Amino acid sequence: MNMIQALNSALDVMMAKDANVLSFGEDAGYFGGVFRVTDGLQKKHGLTRSFDAPIAEGGLVAVAIGMGAYGLRPVVEVQFADYIYPGFDQIVSEAARIRYRSAGDFTVPITIRTPYGGGIFGGQTHSQSPEALFAHVAGIKTVIPSTPYDAKGLLIAAIEDDDPVIFLEPKRIYNGPFSGHHDQPVQAWSKFKESDVPDGHYVIPLGKAAIAREGKDITIVAYGTMVHVAKAAAEESGIDAEVVDIRTIVPLDIDTIAASVKKTGRCVVLHEATRTSGFGAEIAAQVQETCFYHLEAPIERVTGWDTPYPHAFEWQYFPGPARVIEAMRRAMES
Amino acid sequence: MRNTTKLTLRVPVPKHRPGDKPDFSGLAIPEPGDARRPEIDSTARDMVDLAFTLVRVLDAKGHASGPWKPNLDAETMRRGLKAMLLTRAFDDRMFRAQRQGKTSFYMKSTGEEAVSVAQAYALDRNDMCFTSYRQQGILIARGYPLVDMMNQIYSNARDPLKGRQLPIMYSSKANGFFTISGNLGTQFPQAVGWAMASAYKGDDRIAASWVGDGTTAEGDFHYGCTFASVYRAPVILNIVNNQWAISSFSGIAGGDESTFASRGIGYGLPALRVDGNDFLAVYAATQWAAERARSNLGATLIEHFTYRAEGHSTSDDPSRYRPSDEAKAWPLGDPVERLKQHLIVLGEWSEEQHEAAGKEALEQVNAANKEAMSYGTLGENKLPSASTMFEDVFKEMPEHLRRQRQQMGV
Repeated sequence: MNMIQALNSALDVMMAKDANVLSFGEDAGYFGGVFRVTDGLQKKHGLTRSFDAPIAEGGLVAVAIGMGAYGLRPVVEVQFADYIYPGFDQIVSEAARIRYRSAGDFTVPITIRTPYGGGIFGGQTHSQSPEALFAHVAGIKTVIPSTPYDAKGLLIAAIEDDDPVIFLEPKRIYNGPFSGHHDQPVQAWSKFKESDVPDGHYVIPLGKAAIAREGKDITIVAYGTMVHVAKAAAEESGIDAEVVDIRTIVPLDIDTIAASVKKTGRCVVLHEATRTSGFGAEIAAQVQETCFYHLEAPIERVTGWDTPYPHAFEWQYFPGPARVIEAMRRAMES
Repeated sequence: MRNTTKLTLRVPVPKHRPGDKPDFSGLAIPEPGDARRPEIDSTARDMVDLAFTLVRVLDAKGHASGPWKPNLDAETMRRGLKAMLLTRAFDDRMFRAQRQGKTSFYMKSTGEEAVSVAQAYALDRNDMCFTSYRQQGILIARGYPLVDMMNQIYSNARDPLKGRQLPIMYSSKANGFFTISGNLGTQFPQAVGWAMASAYKGDDRIAASWVGDGTTAEGDFHYGCTFASVYRAPVILNIVNNQWAISSFSGIAGGDESTFASRGIGYGLPALRVDGNDFLAVYAATQWAAERARSNLGATLIEHFTYRAEGHSTSDDPSRYRPSDEAKAWPLGDPVERLKQHLIVLGEWSEEQHEAAGKEALEQVNAANKEAMSYGTLGENKLPSASTMFEDVFKEMPEHLRRQRQQMGV
């Protein structure tokens, strides 16, 4: 399966397993979503379990909260992460705090799926990586898969989770992993073992990082599309880098990151989002807190620039392998 | 007594899906000339009926009738017709350019040209337009150079927006055209704010904004209506009901329950529902609303009832969710054909002239395209200088951006 099919399978499995699971969003019903993630679900599970929604992201999230309060497990699709902001108040002030403010009386077991990230010439309104905005809010979990196998297991875990989860889907790698070399043809997921996705139910627990590549010289911490860029940089640089795919932004598996950094003594943090107050800042801070005496070099951050995502300069903006390797070399030379 | 009926969840579905034969016979279409034309100082309550009918002027044969007939001179109508032809030729050419890999994205306005072009003529050049992504006809009608539009679409060295924006997200203050956002509906309350500013300054300019039927669901639509009503802002709020929001039919935005025009009544906004494929009706309704706004009487909500004849964008395949011949079955016809027919009936136009005008539009578009391509295209990776991507984030570039630019090595 590619990542789209894996996500579709997760939804299908959960809808078959639990009548309380339903899916809705803009174009996500009959049509199956603009990226086809909900394709066929309406036909298979019925009109009231997979349906089209009005163009109102604030409404989508709010309605999901109401359904969650009733006891359902709605999965909302926000068409692009760049469109999520009208739903921000409902996410930040409501979904995130309802358990806390009602002392557990009401809960919001909802999942908000949304494609994020650049690399498709989407310009500033179809390319953003807003994970840090959600990470900053107490009471929401934020998940970002990097392979079809993980995508399915993590989405099932998100749906089964009793708290609100923002599930960010790296759309650049829906169909195949992306090394960051935009001038090279994309290889389909079918050529990689991570596309070997079981049909049935399985879970990848939230809050557990994975080692995407083992290495001894330096640790690269990444998530989503950037995991593949990090792996490419490791291969191309000749530096034996260990790539930690954190998979869940919040709660963060700092133990796995710290174990790796303590082993290598060097750390590069990589994300596509803008630099200032990006999630890399949090990772760097925690690595410093946990690994200070093991660090041989300052922690490097490789990120998008602090500009809106420019349409024509996508590849100048995107932190590709060349920038990652540059940072790796700086860290190795210290 | 307790209701013992088991509740069921209702999800609206459109009448036709792929494979169905489109049938619009159930659609209530009033005759041209039936709708009354109220005084411009009418209140929303005085004209509730006009939110549920259709203001129409042109009939199927090209005859104009009724109180909304704007009595435009033939030359203005010919200019309008030519601007619509030019818009259509431009759309076809740019759609093809995307398919040829010269750019990343395009959106056509086919079937909806009357909305933007007739409105551009009914507004003053200085009035500010806060459009959605399908009103390119306004720029074309206002004479904005086609080559500049194409430069933007190609993100090339002469792109006025320096390669920063998705194709078709134009911006031209000089042409009264506010920078287009990719996020839906944000421009609607912004237009109200612009209009409030014009009133505050004692200016005589008004604003106009456009959203689609789908976007009426966004909160921004409702912010716009509330502020426009409260402050009697000199603004025209347009809903272009083209029946489809990508794959969602208008019922998903609540269009099955009431007309979109009727949304205005609850806010105290006079509302008109107009045949959006009737150039004269669109012109007349806009003129009415503009006069009202300029007379300090406040805002008007106009629903343009039309049909999106093509896909949502180059990324869309409408045959997956609606019958492929639905556009042909649309009972309100094509705006270009209808105005053409009217001019012919008046003896002010002929098939030969029409054909010549179509050819001229094509030549104009091809010439502009040739020039634009000489400045480069996104497909060839001939772009403006990458160093410009750090400009305009702020007025003055802060030190951290200067350092990032340096790091990028440009």
